[in-house]
Formats: sequence, C-alpha cells, structure tokens
Amino acid sequence: MAGRYKEGVENIPIEQIADALFPEVILTTVDDFLNWGRSWSVWYLLFATACCGIELMQFGGPRTDADRIGSVFRATPRQADLMIVAGTITYKMASRVKLLYEQMAEPKYVISMGACANCGGPFWYSYSVLRGIDKVIPVDFYIAGCPPRPEALLQGVIEVQKKIKKEKYLRAKKSEAGG
Amino acid sequence: MEGIENIYTYLKGKFGEGIGILDKESRDPWFEVKRENLREVATFLRDDPELGFTYLVAITGVDYSKFVDVDYKGKLCATYILYRLRDSHQLIFKVFVEKEDPVIPSVWDIWRAAEWHEREAFDLVGIKFEGHPDLRRILLPPEWEGHPLLKDYKEPEEYRTPDGYLVVKTHRPDPLRENNESDQK
Amino acid sequence: MSLTRSEEWYLNMGPHHPSTHGVLRFVVKSDGEVIDEVKPDIGFLHRGIEKIAERLEYNQIIPYYDRVDYLAAFNASWSYVMAVEKLLGIEVPPRAEYIRVILGELNRIISHLISVGSFALDMGAVTPFTWAIREREVVNDIFEMVTGSRLTYNFPRIGGVYQDVPEGFREKVLQFCEYFPPKLKEFNDLITYQKIFIHRLANVAVITPEQAIAFGLTGPNLRGSGIKYDLRKNRPYSVYSEFEFDIPVGTGEAGTLGDAYDRYMVRIREMEESCKIIKQAIEKMPDGPVRAKVPRKLKPPVGDVYAATEAPRGELGVHLISDGSSRPYRMKIRTGSFAAMSIVNEVSHGLMIADLVALIGSLDVIAPEIDR
Ligand code: SF4
Repeated sequence: MAGRYKEGVENIPIEQIADALFPEVILTTVDDFLNWGRSWSVWYLLFATACCGIELMQFGGPRTDADRIGSVFRATPRQADLMIVAGTITYKMASRVKLLYEQMAEPKYVISMGACANCGGPFWYSYSVLRGIDKVIPVDFYIAGCPPRPEALLQGVIEVQKKIKKEKYLRAKKSEAGG
Repeated sequence: MEGIENIYTYLKGKFGEGIGILDKESRDPWFEVKRENLREVATFLRDDPELGFTYLVAITGVDYSKFVDVDYKGKLCATYILYRLRDSHQLIFKVFVEKEDPVIPSVWDIWRAAEWHEREAFDLVGIKFEGHPDLRRILLPPEWEGHPLLKDYKEPEEYRTPDGYLVVKTHRPDPLRENNESDQK
Repeated sequence: MSLTRSEEWYLNMGPHHPSTHGVLRFVVKSDGEVIDEVKPDIGFLHRGIEKIAERLEYNQIIPYYDRVDYLAAFNASWSYVMAVEKLLGIEVPPRAEYIRVILGELNRIISHLISVGSFALDMGAVTPFTWAIREREVVNDIFEMVTGSRLTYNFPRIGGVYQDVPEGFREKVLQFCEYFPPKLKEFNDLITYQKIFIHRLANVAVITPEQAIAFGLTGPNLRGSGIKYDLRKNRPYSVYSEFEFDIPVGTGEAGTLGDAYDRYMVRIREMEESCKIIKQAIEKMPDGPVRAKVPRKLKPPVGDVYAATEAPRGELGVHLISDGSSRPYRMKIRTGSFAAMSIVNEVSHGLMIADLVALIGSLDVIAPEIDR
C-alpha cells in the first residue's frame, strides 16, 4: 500500500497538487468556514493545579506537540477558547475556577482532565476536595486517567474540534441576539 | 551530647520538673516538656554549646483522644522535631495540653521556621500558640469551621463562600465506612 | 527619604498566575515597584492526605505519596516506605536498595529539569523549557519501562520495590548516562552561562546562611546559601554511603552568596552528580530478591518514628505515630517547599516586583508539597 501511494504521488504533476491544495474557488457555507477557522485555533488556558498539570505541560512539549493541531497555551482566560482543568480542585480553589470560566469569552469549551477533576479521584475521602468540577462549571469532555497520558489529552482536543465543526455558530448567535 | 537519655538527664538536671516523661520504647524516643517551661527549654536547646539544636524540622499537632491507654490519652500534643546540623543528631520532644485549654507558648522567635508550622498546627488541630504574631488559618479558607485533624471532626454538609458566590454540597457515599447505612438511603 | 516615597498599594498575584508554580497566591504590598511586604496565601491544593491516611492500611498509602510531590514521585514514596520500614524494623534486600537509588536519582534529574526549565520560562526564555521537557521524555520512557507509568509510579513497596527491573534496563540507563551530560552542556550553553540570564539573577533575592537555617530551608535552597548539608551524606540512608559524589554548594560565583543564581547552579550541578551516582549504582548492582518477606497485615509497635530522604526539593520527612493498629494514628509530611515558602516574606523586602518571580522560581516550590 505504502509503495503504491508513493508511486501515485510521484506520478502526479506538481501543478495538480498545488491546484488541489490551493484551489481558486471554494464553495462552502459561512458556518463551515468559520468553524474551520475556529477548530484549528483552539487555544487553551494553562490551568494546571496538580499532577495532571505536568502532563499538560508535556502535551505542549516537543513529543506530543499540541501546536501542530493549532493549540497553543494562553496564560489569561480572556484569550482562551478552551479551559483544560488539570488537577485537583479544592473548595478554596473552586470559586476561582468559576471566576476564570466566567472571564472566558464565548464560545468556550471545558475539558476535565484526570480523575480528580472528573470526580475527586483518589481524594474522594478528603474533607477539602471538590468532587468533580462539573459541580461548579459545565464540562464538555472528561478524560479518564490518573494522570491521563498526553496522547489522551490530544484526543480530547480533537474531540473538541469535532464538536466545533458540527456547530451552527451563526444560527446560535442569531437566536441568542433575537432573544 | 549524644543519645536521648544523656540529653534527658542533662535537661532534667537543669529544669527539674519542667521536663516530663521519657518514652524509650518508641522507635524514635522522645521526652515531654511542660508547657510552662517550653520557651526556656527551647532557648536552652538552641543556644547551649553542648546541645545546639538550631534547626527545627517540623511541628506535628496530634490529637491523642483515641490512642491506646497511656497517661496522655485524650490530650492534644505538639511534637517538635529538631536537628543539630553539625552531626545530624535528631531530637523529638512533645508538649501536651488539655483539650479544653489548648494553649502553648509560641517559639516562633526561637526557631523562625516554627512560625508557619505553628499556623499549620493551629489550622488542622486547633492548638493556640500564645504570642504568635499572625495566628491565622494557613491551609484551609479563613471561613472554615472546625479543625479537621481532630479525631471527632465532622464534615459540614455544604461549603459556601462568604459572599455566596459558590455553594456546593459536600455529601458523598463512603465505601470505607463499616456500616454503610447512609448510602442505602 | 519621604520625598521619594509614594503611596503604598496592594497587588494580588495568583492563585492562577502563569509564573507561580501551581496554585499559589501572594498579596504584595509595595511602594511603586519596590516590595514592602509579601503575604503568601497557600492551601489552594490542600488535599488532606494526612487525614485520608488515617483510614487506610499502611500499604494503601503509598500511591498518595506519589501525589505529594509529583515531580519526584519516587523520592516521595521512598520516604514513606522508609518510615514504615524503620517502624517495623524491616531489612531491605540490597538489590532493592540499588534499584531505589537508581530510580531516585533519575527522578531527581527530571525534577531538576522541570525546575530549571520553568525557571528559565519564568525569566522569559521559552526555548530552554522545551529542551528540558525533551530530555525529560527520555527518562520518562525508562520509568515507563520499569514501572508502567510516566508520572505517578507507585513502585516502592514496604520492604523493597514492586518488581525487578526488566531486561534492557541496564543498557538503557547506561545509554542515558552517556546521552545526558552533553545535552546538559548544550542546555548550559543556551541559558546558564548567558550574560543576560546571569545579570538577571545575580545578587537577587539573597538568603544568608543564618536565615536559611533559622527558617529550616532544605535541599538545594539550603546548599545554595553555602551550607554543605545533604541527607545522603550527613544522615546516610539506603546505600548512599557506598557511592562517591560531591555535594555542590553555592559559592556566590556570579554575585553574592545565596542569591538566586547560586540556587539555580546547585541544581544544574546536582544533575551531573546524579549521573555519577547512577553509573556507579548500575555497575555495582547485586543480584538477589527485590522484596523482603513482609506480612500482609502490618502490626507496628506503638510509638513515633521520623524518617526522611533527600528529595529534589530537600528533606521530605514522614512523621508516623502508630497506635499498634494496622493504620497510622497520625501521619505528618514534612516538605522542603513548605519551609521555602515561609521565607518569602523575609527575603522579599526591598525587591522589585519582577524579582519576586525570580525568588519563587529559584526556590523551586510546587503547590502540592506546600499544601499536601
Ligand atoms: S487525577 Fe491523579 S494525577 Fe491527576 S491531579 Fe488527580 S491525583 Fe494527580
């Protein structure tokens, strides 16, 4: 298979490839076009509280390389589309999580990374740990693991992209505006 | 000076009644210091050239109310762990107080490290350190009620921030409890 | 003096702030750019491990220690099993001790890598961080091969380690020992000896030796102030007395003794020393069992025990109080980061606000170690 594929590529003249990649006319809907743009620039908020945060760093690091799917980290919630909650959230921290979420601009998505953010994880018995961030903010995707591998997180972000691509962004906006 | 027994007799000779029992059975032996004499003993431990325990490792607050039958059962305790850096000698001593009157003089100016360790012991066990410059909660939020490392601590039903911005229920089933009645409900 | 004095104001840093390691908060009282007072507010990651431990069996607690210090999970759980072994008087087979030393030192290297990398990131240099992460992945692979996990290993057991190392471990580790020093040199050329970086850190946030002892600093922070104190040498545990290695201390090479650059340098040098230890340990590693015979239900004697290892962030001590049952009566974790945080207010008086970031980065604190 691999050989044939290679052969095939070799046989196609370069102009044709360029035409296929950069056609002069594209027919699409505005929705699709916007979603295409949005889904390849999912910027995530660097919100690492505990152990899972290290895997979040590795996720942005050279091996998993989140940059190649257009995801880069942002330090401030106002520039982020995606909030990755990585790590244990205590009651003391919970109100800050809510605040950060509210500071993000619409449309916004949340990934809950790791057992702690999902449900409290190993700290189920603790007196000070919030059992699941979904008690405080809405969550789009849960990633299991303690900690999840960076690859799993990458899959999570790809799921977010898929979700974005399916959205009717403009229509939602219109109905919102129309009240 | 080496060995806990030598140190114990040395201190006993100096402070007499101010030094309480010695527990040799424990894997790391320790002795008791009466809280009235704590500050003198602490200064002596640090400054005496024979002793020279300049380095405070930790202060552990302990609630002994469900311990095995010993004299100090039912009391609160602050355990001080010290090092002498030049030969890495370790020393443990304890100060016991009644639960109704959990006050211990602070040693924050003798070992500066004690400042935060005392705050932690206050936060988790509820020992009040007299003379501490800034005795506030350190780990838990300021509005928290109770001291969680006490043996009879009951968790609150819900957590709410003072301004009411966040209210969450804290209840959960407890798989480890022996009789799991609350889960069946 | 009063002429130059303007109005005092408060600045809130954190808890979600990119350059505070994990979730920390500082309330900074400053006069313009010059800091007057810093009130650290900690506890945003207080997970109550000490209370959870009171309801678990002794051997169930080990995974929680991986979460006390996730950057050096192996060292942390090593402290705990050492405390229990001391309490019960268990002899650990020599092969297990060697495996622990090798893994512990590997863990120290990757922990310091994150530390120096993120310190450089805090100082505004992004590339060193990416490079550090890249080297880290190499060790992560070794750990994955041995323990099956990348971050939270849960590998030490009371009386030894979980299992013997797999085939090919020796070669991989030796390969790493060859691979790493040149990479470290590359890293040093990139950032450590860079003029801007040195000027940024020299004479900043000086901790005198007296202060360091009084506040109970440990690990690289203590040694950065010129005090040669390392548990591996001064209270030798495990088999550390059999190896030859140096204890790097701060010398004030760029400016004053005990400044941020000294603490940074101690970490860089320690990575080299760790490589030496690993090489020796791999050569000397004996054959034999890796786990002593330990009963399933542990019944330790009544009493106190305190045991500590030299973790990357300094002494990680475990104070256990046993009441003779199979669960600890009280467990206290003593960590280096907690002590390091307590000195922040003392040192930061008179610093610039931007230097506060340098101070915190050079102390190498991580949130779960402070809060537990
Ligand atoms: S899920 Fe596990 S690894 Fe992640 S923050 Fe919680 S304890 Fe740490």
